[in-house]
Amino acid sequence: MWLYEKKLQYPVKVSTCNPKLAKFLIEQYGGADGELAAALRYLNQRYTIPDKVIGLLTDIGTEEFAHLEMIATMVYKLTKDATPEQLKEAGLGAHYANHDKALFYENAAGDPFTTTYIQAKGDPIADLYEDIAAEEKARATYQWIINMSDDPFINDALKFLREREVVHSQRFREAVEILKEEQGKKKYF
Amino acid sequence: MSTNRKSYHPFASPHDPCPPQTIKTYETPPNLYLGFQPPGLEQFPPFEALKKGTLWPALYSPYSSPYKDDKKG
Ligand SMILES: [Fe+2]
Repeated sequence: MWLYEKKLQYPVKVSTCNPKLAKFLIEQYGGADGELAAALRYLNQRYTIPDKVIGLLTDIGTEEFAHLEMIATMVYKLTKDATPEQLKEAGLGAHYANHDKALFYENAAGDPFTTTYIQAKGDPIADLYEDIAAEEKARATYQWIINMSDDPFINDALKFLREREVVHSQRFREAVEILKEEQGKKKYF
Repeated sequence: MSTNRKSYHPFASPHDPCPPQTIKTYETPPNLYLGFQPPGLEQFPPFEALKKGTLWPALYSPYSSPYKDDKKG
């Protein structure tokens, strides 16, 4: 079970109404390497992985939901006061026709989220390698969005999220070392 | 300590349609180098850690667009 804290993991500020940036950010909401995919991937893998790394998957999977909430907040703030005309210009006309300003789990190209983004191979090493790759891909996505964004507040929060991907990747790499068990007696903390 | 950004010079043909990017970069964050984190590493003060997204200077990976500045990582 979870406890909910009614605050964001990192404050989200937005400098200008910019629905075009929202369209790009949606990649990290409902895209293949986005936060939803990450959370669902890790939390699901917990049942078929050695005990020693279950806690790590719980921790990181939970944190991904906190990231999802940050992305949702950004998208909401970037679009909430935009006119239908502005949304159309930002390439969100089709989104508006279907959803008004509701958020939807889709990628930047408008493809709906699908569980085929997530692997669950049942082989602990294969699954952890997938997780490492997922973190590096999420890190890269944040880079590409930062490269396109001129919003200093959004970029500040995106840099925080990118750093978290670096830390997650590090922890998954360590989890592999733990499961290899032949690294001498290295301490886990 | 490792560097966060590496670069290479791709081939450019005189017949390329766009002005060539003579240098291309890619990111190499510290998690690629650290290995299993050793105990007793230096820590950021708490507030700074919350801001940066990591408690550990050894895992801190600053990033800014390579298209907007020429700061090497
Ligand atoms: Fe992550």
